[in-house]
Amino acid sequence: MILEIKNLVKKFNGVAAVDDLSFGVEEGTITGLLGPNGAGKTTTIQMVLDLVTPTSGDIEIFGLDMKHSREKILNQINFSSPYVNLPGNLKVWENLATFARLYGVKNIKAKIDELADFFGIREFLGKMTTSLSTGQLTRLNLTKALLNDPKLLLLDEPTASLDPDIADRTRQLLKKIQKEKGLTILYTSHNMVEVEEICDRVIFIQKGKIKDDGTPADLVKKYGHKDLNDLFIAIAREHTNESR
Amino acid sequence: MKLHRINALLIRHLYLYQRSVPRLMDIFFWPIIELLLWGFLSVYLEKMSFGGLNVITVLLGAIIFWDLMSQSQRAISTTFLEEVWERNLLNIFVSPLRLSEFLVSSVLIAVVRVVIVGLVMAGLAWGLYHFNLLYFGFYLIPFMLNLFVFGWTLGFLTTGIILRFGSAAQVLAFGLVFLLQPFSAVFYPVSVLPQSLQYVAKVLPSSHVFEGMRSVIATGTLPVNDLIWAIGTNIFYLALVLWFFSRMFARVKDRGMLMKLD
Repeated sequence: MILEIKNLVKKFNGVAAVDDLSFGVEEGTITGLLGPNGAGKTTTIQMVLDLVTPTSGDIEIFGLDMKHSREKILNQINFSSPYVNLPGNLKVWENLATFARLYGVKNIKAKIDELADFFGIREFLGKMTTSLSTGQLTRLNLTKALLNDPKLLLLDEPTASLDPDIADRTRQLLKKIQKEKGLTILYTSHNMVEVEEICDRVIFIQKGKIKDDGTPADLVKKYGHKDLNDLFIAIAREHTNESR
Repeated sequence: MKLHRINALLIRHLYLYQRSVPRLMDIFFWPIIELLLWGFLSVYLEKMSFGGLNVITVLLGAIIFWDLMSQSQRAISTTFLEEVWERNLLNIFVSPLRLSEFLVSSVLIAVVRVVIVGLVMAGLAWGLYHFNLLYFGFYLIPFMLNLFVFGWTLGFLTTGIILRFGSAAQVLAFGLVFLLQPFSAVFYPVSVLPQSLQYVAKVLPSSHVFEGMRSVIATGTLPVNDLIWAIGTNIFYLALVLWFFSRMFARVKDRGMLMKLD
């Protein structure tokens, strides 16, 4: 297991956002972390990234404990989200060079060139980041997320707010880079078609607990739904009805 | 602590300053305006023969040193606020960057800003008023360094308060230093203050610095007592504020607020 979460709990003002969560992620796989809004997905990802301190439980990445090996772990993982853009007041290459330096990349120019070619952003390198379109920003965020050749990549709704064409291109890029580099990806998305297409395995979270986990096809079959989207709606409504 | 990460943040801010007119205004506008205002006032007062001291030396020296401290504080605060305004805190803290490296890079940015502003102000003071900042030799340097350190302390304090209360508190980044000005004895001795406010002044490193500087100008000797008080109170406040800042950072992480600071 490249990532192992054991009995993870996070409480905000006494209310559990993540409630005794345990799961592992195998190397070289794409795992989808699914659930309705407020299920605890983002909080879980933020705890994996050491942005939020767990109330209790353990997170092991590459067999290392975040509490004692933060620097070593964070050197080998990265994160991308359309809700967290790079500073708009810097040029694209300045942003990439800054993060390359932060991750201690040896040959910064060569690395940026390689990734800029891969994601088709070379022509934007000299532009101000604020002038990029949403699709271009997504590709820039993904470029930043791969600067340190991460072994584990955390993607929070990477195709949110993209049109279907750009979203599809982004998925193809992700699949390509995952295959080429053998990346492990932990993925959150509300687009179930995308999840079915890209994820080897999905984990459904509800009220901070695991509802179920398996391959998309197995889960759809197990619950007798038409597809993952129907299954998601059923689980989300079950949660809403319980709340009432 | 890794130099390449400190260097990354330093260069990130230099990229920004090289093209941002508003940020360059923030660095140069107020110091130059104050230098002109107080400089010409000093010239006028000297012509009117008020007091026995060299008015230009006392007032101009005071305003230059005060601006350098203010610059030092604002540099620390705005370095943090830049990341808040650009919603970049999350990006930098998912990297292996340590909090201590973030703080050191903020201090280095403050040093760069203070050196640049110091050179510009010293040059202008020389050109406009024939005032030589280094006329009194090396005795002023330890006092100057103490002012820079107190500026960092105030910068980390405002940053910690912003972490605690959110960006609604960011007005402090630009105003806190002025709350201390009346008690710092910048333009007048501590003895001018009412007795109760003299106690406040005595616990501020800045008041010992300005008292000490006036003493250097008047006597040409190093006032060791003022220097010791300035260093002692500086060390105490810096340690206290760094503890406060790290507590506030831990609190933000505990509450999951790092992404929500804007």
